[in-house]
Amino acid sequence: MKREDITHLASLSRIKLTDQELDTFGTELSQIVAYVSTVSDIAADEADTAPVVGARYNVLRPDEITNDPDQFTQAILREMPKTQGRSMAVKKILKTE
Amino acid sequence: MKTIKELVAGFTDGSYTPTQAVTDYLATIKAQDTEVHAFLATYEAEALAAAALATEAYAAGDIADKPLLGIPLAIKNNILIKDHIATGASRILEQYTAIYDATIIERLRDAGAIFIGSTNMDEFAMGGSTENSAFGPTYNPHDLTRVPGGSSGGSAAAVAANMVPASIGTDTGGSVRQPASYCGLVGYKPTYGAVSRYGLMAMGSSLDQAGPLTHSVADAKLLHDVMSGVDPMDGTTIVEDTYPTVETKSTYTFGVPRSFMADGVDPDVLAAFEAHIETLKAAGHQVVDIELPLFEQGLAAYYIVMPAEVSSNLARYDGIRYGYSAEGKDLLEVYEKSRAEAFGAEVKRRILLGTHVLSSGYYDAYYGKAEIVRRKMRQELTDIFTTVDMILMPTAPTPAFRIGEQTDPLSMYRQDIFTVPVNLTGVPAISFPMGTVERDGSELPVGVQYIAPHAGDERLFDAGVKIYDSSLSSR
Repeated sequence: MKREDITHLASLSRIKLTDQELDTFGTELSQIVAYVSTVSDIAADEADTAPVVGARYNVLRPDEITNDPDQFTQAILREMPKTQGRSMAVKKILKTE
Repeated sequence: MKTIKELVAGFTDGSYTPTQAVTDYLATIKAQDTEVHAFLATYEAEALAAAALATEAYAAGDIADKPLLGIPLAIKNNILIKDHIATGASRILEQYTAIYDATIIERLRDAGAIFIGSTNMDEFAMGGSTENSAFGPTYNPHDLTRVPGGSSGGSAAAVAANMVPASIGTDTGGSVRQPASYCGLVGYKPTYGAVSRYGLMAMGSSLDQAGPLTHSVADAKLLHDVMSGVDPMDGTTIVEDTYPTVETKSTYTFGVPRSFMADGVDPDVLAAFEAHIETLKAAGHQVVDIELPLFEQGLAAYYIVMPAEVSSNLARYDGIRYGYSAEGKDLLEVYEKSRAEAFGAEVKRRILLGTHVLSSGYYDAYYGKAEIVRRKMRQELTDIFTTVDMILMPTAPTPAFRIGEQTDPLSMYRQDIFTVPVNLTGVPAISFPMGTVERDGSELPVGVQYIAPHAGDERLFDAGVKIYDSSLSSR
């Protein structure tokens, strides 16, 4: 894997990597990817390639309110890094000229 | 060392009380855990208060429907206990307090169990040695220069050092069974869906199951029976007729995949394994050779499926909603810096790998193929289980290795070769001690693994009680 590949993966993964991490992960991931590529040796016929990922059923719960108003609000707010009143505070995402 | 059953018998006849038990275990933790480092936190006051209530209940004879009344347990720190810190052994959740109980915690609590503390682990359960904990490694009580295995290494070490009679871990690719093998314990990985995952920190959602680490198979069954069962909060939990019934028998036929074990297994582990086969034969069981050609591909498929699920599941740790948050000039920088500063190397490695195998242009070649391998492995197992009752293998290819000995990620991953096919296919498996091997003057335990068909949990417990627990009582 080339350095720019790792940089791209890091950006997709939302992890800022140091120069040293880019080097070591580059070497390690190349070895790991070469190893896991052995799965492509497996013969697959059409039935095998049918797109099935995970279980083929859905599970629904009754659409009922199961908690009291504000039952968890304070506990959840306490875990937030930044809050404003009863809301989570986040950075602005729209730029103004 | 006492089993849960022995403790309950003592509590019931009044020769020992939950208060004495919790006091004794806390004293052992205090004396030993500076060396072993099995615990991330202990809940001393709370455990003693619960023990006092349990002691009163025994005195009053008020013990109905409480099979674990007064039993202290240690809980891996990726399982949520309300109002306690749940770190997943990661810096990103160092200050995170759980706001609800995991379903298994609720069930254990209802059965009378007492939570004595939370245990160390590889960060977010990624690793096989507990060296990946952000809070320092755990040491193997059988030899303090060695790892206890992982990722449930703290849970295993706590039981092996007699700091608790039993503990709970999670198993995504062997994380209960392999530390059980390294620490000389019984470790259980249930059928996928037998136990609710609600309140467990998700690693590989299609692979994760919680299981007990104990001194006896009967204890493992007791804990499993309390924790298992359908849960409306986890849609993947199974019901009684999800799979065909798997019967127990007076003697069993075991299949040994010889060619799968031909490479890379330590000769002393192999010798212990052969001796175990002789024990089985002497007890009237049959042992036959089988072929499982696809199992050899299992490890490669696992290191695609698991990181793919990891990269998706760990996207939630973003420095915004909870957990560690770094300062940044904009939203993207908050994400990138929070994750860079608070994730360890192995977690980053697996997120990058998962992102790679799921990325456009690579998806079919990796994830698509791995899912095909997985489906074919299931078919291979279904076929094999028409001829044998259980599959027999060592749990791990080696005994516990030294702290710092495995530096290359791939060689660490190869330790999982015998355990990951079980998670990929969703079948249940148990590990228990099959003997010891000597390394530099230390007697190191090694485990044997039995694998049964889907929903064959009772068969594994039945075989384990007959073969392992009976050897305990004759000691």
